Amino acid sequence: MNTVAKVLKYQARDAVRSRWLIAYALFFMLITDGLLRFSGDAMKTQLSLVSVVLFLVPLVSVVFGTVYLYNAREFIELLLAQPVNRRQMYGGLYLGLTLPLALAFILGLGAPFVLHGIDGSSGATLVALLVSGVVLTCVFSAIATLIAVRCEDRLRGLGTAIGVWMLLTVVYDGFVLFVLAVFSNRPLEHVTLGLMMANPIDIARVALLLRFDGAAMMGYTGAVFLRFFGGAEGVAITTAALALWIAVPVTIGVRAFQRKDF
Amino acid sequence: MIEPLIRIEALTKSFGGLNVLRAVDLAVRPGRVLAIVGPNGAGKTTLIKSVLGLIHPDGGSIAMAGMPIRGDDGYRSRIGYMPQIARYPENLTGAELIAMLEDLRGPGAQLDEELIDVFELRPSLAKPLRVLSGGTRQKVNAVLAFLFTPELLVLDEPTAGLDPLSSSLLKDRILSVRGHGRTVIVTSHIMNELEELADDVAFMLEGQAPFVGTLDELKRITSQSTLERAIATMMRRSRIEEAA
Repeated sequence: MNTVAKVLKYQARDAVRSRWLIAYALFFMLITDGLLRFSGDAMKTQLSLVSVVLFLVPLVSVVFGTVYLYNAREFIELLLAQPVNRRQMYGGLYLGLTLPLALAFILGLGAPFVLHGIDGSSGATLVALLVSGVVLTCVFSAIATLIAVRCEDRLRGLGTAIGVWMLLTVVYDGFVLFVLAVFSNRPLEHVTLGLMMANPIDIARVALLLRFDGAAMMGYTGAVFLRFFGGAEGVAITTAALALWIAVPVTIGVRAFQRKDF
Repeated sequence: MIEPLIRIEALTKSFGGLNVLRAVDLAVRPGRVLAIVGPNGAGKTTLIKSVLGLIHPDGGSIAMAGMPIRGDDGYRSRIGYMPQIARYPENLTGAELIAMLEDLRGPGAQLDEELIDVFELRPSLAKPLRVLSGGTRQKVNAVLAFLFTPELLVLDEPTAGLDPLSSSLLKDRILSVRGHGRTVIVTSHIMNELEELADDVAFMLEGQAPFVGTLDELKRITSQSTLERAIATMMRRSRIEEAA
């Protein structure tokens, strides 16, 4: 077992016992169960959950991650005084954060569906919802780890974390709408597609919404999206874009961690 | 002349324009207790952290038993570190923490659990670390430093937050480890405590180590009978030199 696995093992054990993480799982359980009971329809519940997942998963991942790592600062120092390699330490810290978050999410959202029973088509959508949530967890905990390593001051770090989330959730969509409004007399399907690819939350949103009938109402843009996400090329580009959103923060973070003074 | 366990040469480090270490030379002799003393901001912690590889120096070199430590991780298996602040993951137990470090270090080291018994820590080790008092956490901290029977112990303010009984038990342990030929680097603000422990003294001031030598030598050159007064004399002299 190498250092990554060892750090991961104990850090994950600590994180899964965290009250905040348990609350996070319970929240998803309550809201999913509630929606299933009130609507009585798995598809409708999943459509409502899309917004909740896209809003909450990035926020919790980036904020919980940053706060958790700032609290662990002295402990990380003690671990680095052991005969361990910093690159592997970073991997352990990142995964030890990501896995509990992803686990809490999968459990919180998945358990009520399993309890209420699912059929084939809503099962596939559930899987898509879970995969999107887990990928967003990976992206935003990578950003959280990077922030906690790069930013010495915890208040500024937390501010940056919330800032990144605001930027990708609210500000970016405002910017996209602005572009669409200004150039409304031109064909913008491909520009929109490009803009979507640059934001992990938008990738997840489009990929998820296309699974629902509502996609038909998006007109020509919806048709372009459907064709893009339906084809092998589209899937490859989407996967690559999301992989970059994980790999870039992790790579920058590892470099910063290796140079960092504790 | 015996080969020093740690040899530090011309070590420099600055943080954002502030020169914290300015060409520090220091040799840590094996089988002895070295006390690093000096006012706040003199660079004691920076020096210790450089030895542990936690801080990357700007210049100069550090070698352990003749081998440069730069770019190496393995040498830290020979060091036990007790940091000033003990903060651990809240939801782990002391026993899990010990198991984690054992895992990270890998097999090979002889485990020294004497301090667990000396501090009567066994019942506390089953509890989550968050419920332990500051003093108890500091004891866990000490246990971790001694656990792997390291050749070199680096203790940063080890008795801060300990009650008098625990503090003297820890000091007994430090002396007994020294008796077995192992080496200790210790910092403290309590001069009387260092007087009890130290064989050698490194006096640090403004990022330099103007005196490194035995405790007796320090007392002789300052014509003082206690460490506290000797250090006070050193500080006074340096102030006069500065003024001149």
